[in-house]
Amino acid sequence: MRTLPRWILLPAGLGALLVVLPLAAMALRVEWSDFWALITSESSLAALRLSLQTSLTSAAACVLLGVPMALLLARTDGRGMSLVRSLVLIPLVLPPVVGGIALLYTFGRQGLLGRHLEVLGVQIAFSTTAVVLAQTFVALPFLVLSLEGALRTAGTRYERAAASLGARPSRVLTHVTLPLVLPALLSGTVLSFARALGEFGATITFAGSLQGTTRTLPLEIYLQRESDPEAAVALSFVLMLVAVAVIALAHRRRSA
Amino acid sequence: MSLVLRAAVAERHVELDLEVGHGETLALVGPNGAGKSTALSLISGDLRPSSGSVSLDGRILADEGTWVPPHDRRVTTLSQDPVLFPHLSALGNVVFPLRAQGVPRGDARRRALEHLDALGLAGLAARRPAQLSGGQAQRVAIARALAADPRLLLLDEPMAALDVDVAPALREQLRGFLAGRTAIVVTHDVLDALSLAERVVVLEQGRQVDAGPTTEVLARPRSAFAARLAGLNLVAGRWDGHRIELEGGGRLSAKSPLVPGTAVLAAFRPAAVRLAEQGLPRTVHSLTPHGDLVRVRTEDLAADLSPQDAAARHLAPGTVVHLAVAPEDVKTYLA
Repeated sequence: MRTLPRWILLPAGLGALLVVLPLAAMALRVEWSDFWALITSESSLAALRLSLQTSLTSAAACVLLGVPMALLLARTDGRGMSLVRSLVLIPLVLPPVVGGIALLYTFGRQGLLGRHLEVLGVQIAFSTTAVVLAQTFVALPFLVLSLEGALRTAGTRYERAAASLGARPSRVLTHVTLPLVLPALLSGTVLSFARALGEFGATITFAGSLQGTTRTLPLEIYLQRESDPEAAVALSFVLMLVAVAVIALAHRRRSA
Repeated sequence: MSLVLRAAVAERHVELDLEVGHGETLALVGPNGAGKSTALSLISGDLRPSSGSVSLDGRILADEGTWVPPHDRRVTTLSQDPVLFPHLSALGNVVFPLRAQGVPRGDARRRALEHLDALGLAGLAARRPAQLSGGQAQRVAIARALAADPRLLLLDEPMAALDVDVAPALREQLRGFLAGRTAIVVTHDVLDALSLAERVVVLEQGRQVDAGPTTEVLARPRSAFAARLAGLNLVAGRWDGHRIELEGGGRLSAKSPLVPGTAVLAAFRPAAVRLAEQGLPRTVHSLTPHGDLVRVRTEDLAADLSPQDAAARHLAPGTVVHLAVAPEDVKTYLA
């Protein structure tokens, strides 16, 4: 602190205000007398239930698909791999709406895979499955990125030691590699869950907004904002609490 | 033979021809970059030979068409870094190789405790690696390596990271465990080589330059590295019946029954070297304390002088000195 010039306090403080002030402003607008009724209305509960359900499923899908991806990215070299890494990280910088359109052209009725699935009687677009796909699409890089970094930091010496002691690759993975990066795996999972919970653009484009089927909490909030601003504010407050809890959890894991 | 390594790694300019007998411990010594690590990597399976083969107990581990992965080789490496798994207790670490080989949980636990007990570590079984001292951690690593029951144990400078007051006791323990086991120990320490290994191979620049029983190689070194390990000066030349005509010029008187005209090597201790009016001219490179003497290093020879002598002659780096050795102190043998 002593080596820093005093004036940086001003922009730093303004930055902190920019983040905190709107949250406070929103919290101040919550109608506490109706709060419970607003967040337990039929449509709110349906959205909340759907959001938790799809986000947990997406987080699980991220772990299932992302752990092997992170392992491959961290443990194999070659020019091809850096290209693969860039491709995997695209959803991180891509506007979610664009992601939704891309998914639509893949799994939609006329899509690349969708038209074959249609023949088999499977429709993905505008279903709960589509919500999970959209959320997984945007959340996957969060898990892959944080896990790959941890795997690289951990290095391969423990894995080589384990192999030298006669452990097969699968045993090394489950008994050495994954336990060693468990904190990063947990915080990566929490982050991808949070990203899935907040997903809006790709979901509304690819899955639509059907109550109980595809209308997750962010979509519900966006819709209520027009008709019932107080309900929107109450639900936003709930999402904010979840976000704070997620940050606390991920941060505690990281510092542990 | 238990291990037979006849293999080359072209990009490292290493070409090796090593054999280790059943129950034998071989010391592998040599300067940095001589190919010791390459040899260990070829055996453990961290590196593929570009030609040749590696076999253990008659089973090919690697050649042009064969590749046995590291976990399937029954070769365990113990390095100076114990590499204990940080998420497991000391006991959990020793249980690991047993469980990996399919030993039932209870049995593995019992046997692991026996291994820990044999190293005097039973009281530390529940500790995490972070709660162990360097010496304790290395002993857990030894227990773990022994629990893996390898056909060949590779010891890569196992004492290098330990305090000098811990190393002797551990070396003695290790000596006991190596009896009857097939092992290769890479070391820079003459004590490790002498106490752990019956036979030594000296590598220089990717080739074997000297080999034989440890005491023999150290008494009659054939390479600059073995001479340095043994603490001896080594020169090469031609024996004329009274003196040795040194390869780099100069003569050295000696007593030897060898036939005049043969190429010989001569070894002598630095303590036998004295300063003289006539002798081998050398330039002083460095002066360092060596026990109660001063070790004077020149281009190729070392001399241990009394501090009084060194001071009286005003020795300093750059000073030209003439070095002489009494003929009876020079040991000569065929090159």
